[in-house]
Amino acid sequence: MIGIIDYGMGNLYSLGKALERLDYAYDFVSDPAKFAEYDGLILPGVGAFGDAMRNIREAKLDEAIRAYVRTGKPILGICLGMQLLFNSSEEHGHNEGLSLLPGEVARFQGDYKIPHMGWNELQLKQLAHPLLDGVSEGDYVYFVHSFHVRVADPDVLLATTDYFQDVTAIVGRDNVFGMQFHPEKSGDTGMRLLLNFAKQCEGVLR
Amino acid sequence: MLAKRIIPCLDVKEGRVVKGVQFLGLRDAGDPVELAKKYSEEGADELVFLDISASHEGRKTMVDVIEQTAANITIPFTVGGGINSVDDMKRILRAGADKISLNTAAVLRPELIREGSTVFGAQCIVVAIDARRTAEGKWEVYTHGGRNATGRDVIEWAQEAERLGAGEILLTSMDDDGEKKGFGIALTKAVSEAVSIPVIASGGAGAVEHFADVLTEGKADAALAASIFHYDETSIASVKTYLNEKGVVVRP
Repeated sequence: MIGIIDYGMGNLYSLGKALERLDYAYDFVSDPAKFAEYDGLILPGVGAFGDAMRNIREAKLDEAIRAYVRTGKPILGICLGMQLLFNSSEEHGHNEGLSLLPGEVARFQGDYKIPHMGWNELQLKQLAHPLLDGVSEGDYVYFVHSFHVRVADPDVLLATTDYFQDVTAIVGRDNVFGMQFHPEKSGDTGMRLLLNFAKQCEGVLR
Repeated sequence: MLAKRIIPCLDVKEGRVVKGVQFLGLRDAGDPVELAKKYSEEGADELVFLDISASHEGRKTMVDVIEQTAANITIPFTVGGGINSVDDMKRILRAGADKISLNTAAVLRPELIREGSTVFGAQCIVVAIDARRTAEGKWEVYTHGGRNATGRDVIEWAQEAERLGAGEILLTSMDDDGEKKGFGIALTKAVSEAVSIPVIASGGAGAVEHFADVLTEGKADAALAASIFHYDETSIASVKTYLNEKGVVVRP
């Protein structure tokens, strides 16, 4: 069973339906005391970084997420949910994140269209990683974001995309994973990535 | 590299897809969820649903259409039509839509853009502008499905929408809509150069060449069309093959 963390940020319906199509059971979970029941957690998120962290702290989810990660079970942050896994963000002032991965969130800056919106190609950085199983260099996924993660340790990069610079697309270290794009809205490639994460959750059971 | 997007638009009335010529004379074009699935399988990059239902029942039906679409397709989609408040937006986003398109309501009360953008993020808020040419290089904003002239300048309104937190502009050239003679290139280029958010060009697609023109010369980030796809005059795959030959980056 996969738990999709519901903390009032963004639409969870499509993500749940995507897991359903992959034949994985899921629940929406907002009570941190129940985290232990799940084989894996997904931290979604749409909206502002500061608001999201405030909701997470008020619901006492931050400590529960860290404790969950210490058990070795997988967690996947999606979109803003991925950004929250890092140390901090400069969105609307300085805000602290969950610090599960090293890096900072910065706004895109330059003479180009922002948000980075639309389908863009994945450039794979760790070909043998199980999260990227069945995914090829150049596969397209759907991005929509105005802020991006600057990782402090390149070893956590699983894939990047090119938008006037190398943009962090997929990250992973041990049992902590993140995707900047929405896999549930990224066609067959996105569904494959979601399936690969679900398999990681299964792996814990064996 | 970021691909240019091809977006079929489905005008939905009381749960059915309809299509008119220059905003008038509606014809039935099919079931919205079936069409959404078909377009998604054919390689559409995104979908737009415009709810033109006149009744409360029709609007409730739209929520079902959104839920079924979200349950069946894995590309993003936008929903517009009759959205007047943050509560309206919440209902539609919770049903599985990715973006909200605001048109008349935003012209009447521009703060609605800021409210939506603050709560859901700029990437969720598309401002749709219906534009009619008034003079060389000048266009006027129309509301209420193209019926009411507002006296507002399109470029200025697009820039204000961006300042208020819009994440994208959906720009319809009323002079070209339904005519199938090509998109409004001058209009699209003028707006795209005046804002720093993506612009979707709409109105006038009649042949594959038109898409290439508006995505290069017109500087659009995406191109939207309805009847050309609904009536199988061309397919999304044909458009993309043509764009690829012309060196325009598209998702295969």
